[in-house]
Amino acid sequence: MGTQKKMMYVNRRAPYGTIYSYEGLEVVLVGAAFDQDVSMAFIGDGVFQLKKGQDTSGIGMKNFSQAYRALGDYDVSKLYVESESLSERGLSVEDLMELTWEDEDDDWNEKSSIMVVSREELSKLMDQQDVLLNF
Amino acid sequence: MLHIVNKSPYSSDSLQTCLSMSLEGSDILLIEDGVYACLAKGSVANKITKLMSTCNVYVLTPDLRARGILDEEIIKGTSQVDYDGFVELTSTNDRVQSWL
Repeated sequence: MGTQKKMMYVNRRAPYGTIYSYEGLEVVLVGAAFDQDVSMAFIGDGVFQLKKGQDTSGIGMKNFSQAYRALGDYDVSKLYVESESLSERGLSVEDLMELTWEDEDDDWNEKSSIMVVSREELSKLMDQQDVLLNF
Repeated sequence: MLHIVNKSPYSSDSLQTCLSMSLEGSDILLIEDGVYACLAKGSVANKITKLMSTCNVYVLTPDLRARGILDEEIIKGTSQVDYDGFVELTSTNDRVQSWL
């Protein structure tokens, strides 16, 4: 195995209004094939990407929110959601989709991928990365 | 006049600029990411509530649904419209300003 890099994808935009969040998710799923230490951060309007109950049937666009459920199968199991961004928008973790991964080191137990962290904690996590990509 | 806002109030000043320049009796229509302004528990909710005392606030239902926002999550007193209602608003107003 080559050297693993710590990579964080920083999602800062709402879905559907622009193409950034969809393209960002595509990059994460494609990049997952390269066996890196991947995490995702959701800050600002990026937290809206994870809101549950999205139904795009009325706007003629693909509902890509279901694709976030595949992240766990691609070993992308660290989704950091900034608490300040959630509360500013009147959201809590209960308003978000339930996203899980199976821990092979713990009898394949299903665990939540979503971790709500403070801005300060997230800043420190960013400081530990080798690569940061914003979408 | 009909004012249309399509940007999230949490990442753009479009709504704020629109609010500061819309006269009493205006129609304000929130579409696309603009619908996030309607979240009742959001920190910009008070701006919309204040606006409703002088203007009519409309929000496009299909854009709410796409973003997973339910009726009970939006500010009471806003009027939901579909695409037909959108067209109606553009035709009943003598001019339209899209705050892109």
